[in-house]
Amino acid sequence: MRLDQQLAERWIKPGSRVLDLGCGDGELLVHMAKQLDIDCYGLEIDEDKITTAIGRGLNIIQQDLNEGLGRFADQSFDAVVMAQALQAVKAPDQILLDMVRVGREAIITFPNFAYWKTRSYIGFRGMMPVSKALPYMWYDTPNIHLCTFRDFEALCRANGIKIINRLAVNGDQQGSFLMKHFPNLFGEIAIYRVSRS
Amino acid sequence: MTQGNINASENADTAASVGIVTPRMESFEQQLLLETGRTLPRFDIMIETYGTLNADASNAILICHALSGHHHAAGYYPNESKAGWWDSCIGPNKAIDTNEFFVVALNNIGGCNGSTGPTSPNPENDNKPYGPDFPLVTVRDWVKVQALLADRLGIDIWHAIVGGSLGGMQALQWAVDYPNRLKNCVVVASTPKLSAQNIAFNEVARQSILSDPDFHDGRYLEQNTFPKRGLILARMVGHITYLSEDAMKQKFGRDLKSGNFLYGYDVEFQVESYLRYQGEQFSRNFDANTYLIMTKALDYFDPARDFDSNLNKALAPATCRFLVVSFTTDWRFAPSRSREIVDALISNRQPVSYIEVDAPQGHDSFLFPIPRYVDSMRGFLGKPKANISGHNVTQIAHIHSKNNQSHTDLSTQKQQTTQEQQS
Repeated sequence: MRLDQQLAERWIKPGSRVLDLGCGDGELLVHMAKQLDIDCYGLEIDEDKITTAIGRGLNIIQQDLNEGLGRFADQSFDAVVMAQALQAVKAPDQILLDMVRVGREAIITFPNFAYWKTRSYIGFRGMMPVSKALPYMWYDTPNIHLCTFRDFEALCRANGIKIINRLAVNGDQQGSFLMKHFPNLFGEIAIYRVSRS
Repeated sequence: MTQGNINASENADTAASVGIVTPRMESFEQQLLLETGRTLPRFDIMIETYGTLNADASNAILICHALSGHHHAAGYYPNESKAGWWDSCIGPNKAIDTNEFFVVALNNIGGCNGSTGPTSPNPENDNKPYGPDFPLVTVRDWVKVQALLADRLGIDIWHAIVGGSLGGMQALQWAVDYPNRLKNCVVVASTPKLSAQNIAFNEVARQSILSDPDFHDGRYLEQNTFPKRGLILARMVGHITYLSEDAMKQKFGRDLKSGNFLYGYDVEFQVESYLRYQGEQFSRNFDANTYLIMTKALDYFDPARDFDSNLNKALAPATCRFLVVSFTTDWRFAPSRSREIVDALISNRQPVSYIEVDAPQGHDSFLFPIPRYVDSMRGFLGKPKANISGHNVTQIAHIHSKNNQSHTDLSTQKQQTTQEQQS
C-alpha cells in the first residue's frame, strides 16, 4: 500500500469529510472512499487527470490552487490533504493558512530540500539537484518554493499552526531511525499533520 | 417503445449515428396548471427516443433543449442530410451512448416544433392558433411536463438528466423539484439565474419582434403573415451572444464579401452576411410567439427566488450527483455563473464535479464534441445501474455523505406524503 494511503487510514477517521488539493487522477480519494467511506472533493488543474478522476466517480472540481480556497467555508472539512504541491504553489504560506482554516486538520507532504543527498548534490556538483523526489531541471521545474523541515516548522510557528505529527521518509516512502531523529538531514520527503492551535 | 431506435448495422452509411429516426407525439388529455396560475386544457408533446429502455427502466437519460432546440436531438429524418441538434454527443459509442442508454428528447410546451404552443389550435377559441393567448410557461412548468412524460414512459428514476444553457436550467430544476427521480444531473453552459445583461439582450430580441408591424399583437398567423424582420433581428442579436469575440474574429475577421468598401448599407462584411443568413434561416423555422415565451422563461428562471435569493437553500433538496461544465469563452453564461452553482452544491456537501473547458466557440461550445467535455460527460454518466429501492444512487454515491443519504430518505418520505395527499 502506498504511504499516503497508509497515513490516510491512520489519520483520517471513517466517515470524515476530506478535501484533496491536487488530487491528480484521484487514486488516494478512491482508496479513502473505499476503505473509510469518506465524503470527499478533489481539486485538480490537470485536464486529463480530471477526466480520469471524474470517470472514477469522484467529485472533482477544476481549480488552480493558486486561487486559494476561498470557496470553502471555515472548518468545513475534517481533513484537507495536499501531497507534493506545497512547493509548487505561488504562496505556500497562504495555502497552508487556508488549509487549516478550511479543515480541522491538514496533511501535507513535500520534498525536503535539506536532504543530505540534495545538499551534497549542490555542494559537490554545484548544480541544482535532480533526484527521484526532485525530478525536474531547474528551468522547467514546477517547484518554485522548495523548503526544508526546519523552514516549514518555522512557518508553522510564525503562523500559530500546531504540528500534530511529523514523519520523514525516503523516496521509497520508508522511514528509519536516522530519519526519525534527524529528519532535516535524512528525510527525503516531509509529511506533516497540522492544525490551528 | 423505441420507434427512434434503428440498428446501426442497417445504416452503414451513418455509422456511429442512431440512424433514421421517427418523432412521435404523446398526447395528454388532462388539464395542466401552470406556474402563472393559468391552465392548458390539454397538451401534446413531441418526442424522439434513441436506444432501448432496459427491463427495470434504469438506463433512461432525458435531454433538455435550449432556447431554439426541440425533440430532434440525434439521427436523421428520411431524405434530410442535417442531423439532430446534438447528434455529435448522442449515438452508439458517443458520449451519451445509445448502446447503453435509452435517450429521450422532447420539444417543450410553448415550442413550435409540434408540441402544444402558440401555433397550436386553441380549443377554447374555435381552434384558432393560440398566438398571444398561449400562457407564459416557466422552466418549472417544463420540468413538470417532463415528469408527466416520464410517468407515461414508465421511467420512475432517470439515470441522468442532461441539458445545456436553458436545458441546463431544466436539469437543475429537476434536481430540486423531483430529487428522487434522477441519479445524475449534467448542467452545461448554464447559470442559476440571468444577469441584468442577459435580460437586456433578451429584451432587445423581444422588442425587435414586438415592434415589427407584421406582429399584429401576436395574431399574425390569422393574418397569414409573420414578423419576419423582427425574428431576424432577434436571432441576430441572440447569435452575437452565442459566439465569442475570438470565434467571430477567426471566422470572419473584417473580411469583405466583395473585397472593397461599397460605401452603403448592403452586406459588406462577411460577419454581416453570416448574421443575416442565420437570422433569415431562423425566421423561416421559428415562431415569434415561441421566441417571446422562451426568452421570458429564461428571464424568470431563478430557483433561489423563493429562498431569499439563497441558492444553497434552493439546491438543498437535490440528492443526485452533479456535473457542471462551463466554457472559457462563454460570455453569455460565463464560467463564474456555473461556479455559483458549484459553490452552492459544495456548501451543501452535495456531490458535484466541475470542469471549465478551454474552447473557442463561446456559449455555443456546449453543442460541439470537444474531447475533454464529452469524455468527462461520458465518464460521469458511467454505466446504467439497477434501481434498488431506497438506494437510487450509483455505487459511487456511497462515497458521498451520510447527510445526503438522510436527505434521500427524507425526500422519499416527503414525496410519499405528497403522493398520499394527492391521491
